Amino acid sequence: MAIKSKPRVKVPSEAKAGEIVEIKTLISHEMETGQRKDSTGKTIPRAIINKFTASFNGKTFFEADWFTSVSANPYQAFFYKASESGEFTFTWKDDDGSEQTASAKLTVA
Amino acid sequence: MQLRSWTPSRRETMGLGLTALLAAALAPCLVMATEEAVAAELKKLYGDKPMADGKIKLDLPEIAENGLVVPLNVDVESPMTDGDYVKAVHVFADGNPLPQVVTYKFTPQSGKAAASVRMRLAQTQNVIAVAEMSNGTLYTAKAQVKVTIGGCGG
Repeated sequence: MAIKSKPRVKVPSEAKAGEIVEIKTLISHEMETGQRKDSTGKTIPRAIINKFTASFNGKTFFEADWFTSVSANPYQAFFYKASESGEFTFTWKDDDGSEQTASAKLTVA
Repeated sequence: MQLRSWTPSRRETMGLGLTALLAAALAPCLVMATEEAVAAELKKLYGDKPMADGKIKLDLPEIAENGLVVPLNVDVESPMTDGDYVKAVHVFADGNPLPQVVTYKFTPQSGKAAASVRMRLAQTQNVIAVAEMSNGTLYTAKAQVKVTIGGCGG
């Protein structure tokens, strides 16, 4: 199943140098496990987002491999230590090869 | 901070609830993972390397009413400097059809080796976390979650 709606990201827009900021992300997705059967007894094939990546100014600082045990509409929260102004890029990779991205700017005072 | 945008509306909540019920009704789990399956996964990753208890704080509900959405917060104690940081954290659930839940890769820029996710738990079971430090040392932690309504029809 393709990704349906835009992911949501919550990041502070400003931080002091050295400050650790929390980033919260949420994306709509069934995260079909491949364990379920439909009414005719046929197994519904697995279709999940299997990788989430967070980078800042092009440098990856956090990665998460998601498996079938991750809930539908996956939520992921994590941290980043601010050092310079720039832009976050977040990427969600689907089993079907499609990708969804989001970005957010951070100003370091 | 727009906290409000994170609160699902009444309609969305109802929708999610219905989806959850439907999912539970449609999803009899055939094969469950076991402690051996978790051990096998760990062997694939780290061989027979010894693991010490500690350093990891596993924040989980003692009782999860809804196994479809169980909040999981892992926090590993580390200075997160270039010379001493947490490289990876693996989380397993020994009573789910497939034992892996999530694998995190941290860097010193992460600031904190902590992350939160929501997971499915098919039944009452143990959640196991293993952390790999930058010097190769392994730590582990385990917590049991009692599941009232399983994330998989149980």
